[in-house]
Order: sequence, then C-alpha cells, then structure tokens
Amino acid sequence: MTAAITIEGLEVVFDRFRALKGVDLEVREGESYGLVGESGSGKSTLLRAITGLAPAAGGTITVNGKALGKTRDKAFYRDVQMVFQDPYGSLHPRQTVDRLLQEPLAIHGIADGEKRIERALDEVGLGKGFRFRYAHQLSGGQRQRVAIARALILEPSILLLDEPTSALDASVQAEVLNLLEEVRRRRKLTFLMVSHDLAIITHMCERLMVMQNGEAVETLTASQLIGHRVSEDYTRNLLRASEGFVRV
Amino acid sequence: MSGNPDKQSKGALLEVDDLRVTFPTRTGIVQAVRGVSFSLGRERLGIVGESGSGKSQTGRAIMGVTPPQAQVSAKKLNFDGIDLLSISPGQRRALRGNRIAMILQDPKYSLDPVMTIGRQIVETLRTHEKVGKAEARERALEMLRAVQIRDPARVFDLHPHEVSGGMGQRAMIAMMLIAGPELMIADEPTSALDVTVQLDVLNILDKLVAERGMGLIFISHDLRLVSSFCDRVVVMYAGKVVEQLKASELRDAQHPYTRGLLNCMPRIGFERHPLPVLDRKPEWAA
Repeated sequence: MTAAITIEGLEVVFDRFRALKGVDLEVREGESYGLVGESGSGKSTLLRAITGLAPAAGGTITVNGKALGKTRDKAFYRDVQMVFQDPYGSLHPRQTVDRLLQEPLAIHGIADGEKRIERALDEVGLGKGFRFRYAHQLSGGQRQRVAIARALILEPSILLLDEPTSALDASVQAEVLNLLEEVRRRRKLTFLMVSHDLAIITHMCERLMVMQNGEAVETLTASQLIGHRVSEDYTRNLLRASEGFVRV
Repeated sequence: MSGNPDKQSKGALLEVDDLRVTFPTRTGIVQAVRGVSFSLGRERLGIVGESGSGKSQTGRAIMGVTPPQAQVSAKKLNFDGIDLLSISPGQRRALRGNRIAMILQDPKYSLDPVMTIGRQIVETLRTHEKVGKAEARERALEMLRAVQIRDPARVFDLHPHEVSGGMGQRAMIAMMLIAGPELMIADEPTSALDVTVQLDVLNILDKLVAERGMGLIFISHDLRLVSSFCDRVVVMYAGKVVEQLKASELRDAQHPYTRGLLNCMPRIGFERHPLPVLDRKPEWAA
C-alpha cells in the first residue's frame, strides 16, 4: 500500500513555543488514521501544518508522493480538504449554503457547479431545501453537514477532520460519524482525524497516534487500544479517563 | 439570612414544582421549560438532555438569571423554604453567588477577561461577606489551593486568557465556592475541558461538594458522565422531564429517548457500524 501522507521530523514553532517537536507520521492510502491527545498536544497543529495554515519550521511533509514546500498549489487543495471543529465558526454567517458551496468551485474554476452542489447536499443528507438557507437557520448538525459538503464538493482524496463532532449533541454526533464513514466508504477517502475522544477514534480509525506536548507518545492500532495493549502510562491515563468518572 | 430554622428535619433543599420558562419571540411564544418538577436534598442530581431540551434554562431559572424578556412561573420554586419567585430582586441577588452558586461551561466566557483571577474571586467574597482586603486575598489563595492549583500566588495575578481551560474552570469553581454556597448549579462544567482534566475537575467538585454538604445540580448532555457522577438523574426532552431515575439504575431506563442517548455514543470495545441514531418520536415532546 502506498502512503497518502508521510511526515518526517515535522517542527512547528510559534515565536519561541515549539508546538510540534519532530513528529513522524505515515497515513496509508484509504486508511482512517486518528490523532488523539489533549488540547495543546499539537494534534490540530499537525493538521494545520499539512494544509499550510501553520508554518512548518523543519521536517518534510509528503502528500500523495509530492513533497510540500512553503506554499501549497491549487491542486493540493483539490486533493486535501479539511473539516473544522466548530460549525458555528467555520461557515460564513452572511452567505447562503449555495454561496458557501460555490466558493471552492469558483476558486478552482469548476464548471458543473449546479450539479455538484445538488449532489454534495444530497450526499450529506440535506437535500435541495437547504440550498438557499443561511448558517444561522441551521442546527449544529446541519451546519457540520454543510461543512462536510463543502469539503467533498472538490472531490478530494484526503479529508482532514479536526474534531468534527465535538460541538454536537451525542445523537447528532452519531449521525455525523455515520455520514463520515459512509462517504469514506463510497469515495474511498483517506481520513486523518483529530479527536480528544478515544471512543470516537477507535470507532472511526484503524490506527492512531497518541500525542502529548507536541510529541508522539505512541502509535497503536485500534484493536490494541481496545484490548488495552498499550505501553505508555499516558495512554493508559487517557483510557482510564475515557471510561468516565469513578469515585475514589 | 432568613433560612428555614428546622432545615435538618426537612429533607428538600430545593423544591421545584411545575416550573415553566417561556420566551416571547416574533413568531410567538417559545416554551423552553414546560412543567419541570423535582426536589433536591443534599445530593448530586444530574439533569441530562440535548441542546434545546431546556436543561440550562431550568438551571438558570433556579439561579434567577433568566433573561428579562422571559417569563418564569411555577407552582413552587422553594430554596430552603424561601419562595424564590416572590422575594424581591434584591433578596434574590443576595442569594446568588452566596447561598446558590453557578458554574458555567466555558471559563473563557464566564470569567471577566479584563480582571485578574484573584480580583474576581476577591470581588465575589467581598460582595457577600464583610472581610478586609488582606483576609480576602488570603482566603482566595486558600480556595485556589483547594481546587488544586499548584501555584496559587502566581495564578491569583493572572488574567483568564493566560491560563488553560482546566485552570480557568478551577478558578471558576474557586470563585463559586468561596462564599460557601449550599446549592451549586453546574451547567456543563467540564464539557470544554480535556478528558483527563475533566476527571480532575470532577474529582475536585465531588470532593468539595461532599465535604461541604452541598446540593449539586449537574447539567450535562453526557448521560454516561452524569450517571457516573450523580446520585439521581433527570432526563429532559423538549422542555419536559421524560424520565427520572437513580443513576445506578440507568441500565434499566424505560424511556426510548434515554435508551437512545445511552446507545448512540461510541464506546471503546463495542463495535457498531453504523452507530444507532435516535429516532425522535413526536409524542416524546407531547
């Protein structure tokens, strides 16, 4: 199997703060890979470094066999799309869903917009009725569906998901996770998914990396994690924490 | 404080009967809370529901921080024998932050961004008690220590943006506990925090609630977390209580909504693809 994303020794520095301290990662094509860690562990920064939203100070990122430099070309963004955590913040409040979905098409000069928008909305289970609504007229789950539609409309091969359901209700979360699994199966997408929730990662991903303080703690398969076959104390702590509150 | 003299013999710290909160809007009246009843002793009660279920508005109505345009009515809304709906705004204000305290979800928004953490805690204390500046500072530091902040003197002088979410929430808890409340309303106190920090904050909250014999209303969307933390759970849907049960008996929940909420969360070691989703029935909201 070929690698969709290969990262070697990635460094990200904000002023004097090292957000990522030499992280290595390999995501295979068609795989769903999870990044778990607390806030500040660098998991979102890793995603943002791939898209170019965070400056890489060292190391290499290779996506679909192409090494990335300081800037990303249009072809890159056609291939790699991102869904952000907060559906309330990631959609333009004064644009209709239609306008939101047209934006990526216009940027990339894609002609059959009409058809694509209808298909994308259909695919995320929203239907035509939502096309001319504004974000504020939608619920959190519906907004996240729009964000997913916007990511899918360019037909990317890699989807970067930054806590895509953490702002949603539990029942809506289940719907969005089901949707993500379904589009991944249908389009044979590669997922790189960030979450602080181990249960979501083991549900969605085959392999995962546990991160802390900008470093990889360990790499595991989902079944290793489920079987508690972990070697680091930090991962064990995370596992314990995800089992809920226990009165001492 | 005009408390109930025989509160030892009376079990209920808070009695809520048929609480209703309505909001007038341009498109008509929205009933956020539609007849909620429960009573609370010195115990931990969880109120669970999804967004829009009215769980937060229930907590806010008890606290007395419902937006001014909304109307709150109830057959009974008694705190320690005090009828909360008939006392004056001034008396209500004296209760707030003193005998009834509230922790909100996100310390980023619930703390004053332009005031140091220490000053905010001291302000709460000096609003409700006559204490000197030096003593107030001492007590604030002590409270910060009680919420397991390692270097209280340093945190005292920091602004909210300079601390992490977990630290901010601890500061919030410290601020709420400093006046020694008898009833604590915690509205999603750990939802904005990391899982491991979540447990720390819950442990602190649990310990302080137990030590001080407070009544706690824990409002959350996370049924599993609530059931592991609380003694009793009230499940709300569309402004109503659909089910009330002991946390230990959650497995035997009868209402399809409660069961659906329990089922739809991914769990480590339970492979289900796709996840079961909630099939909302209109009669649940009836």
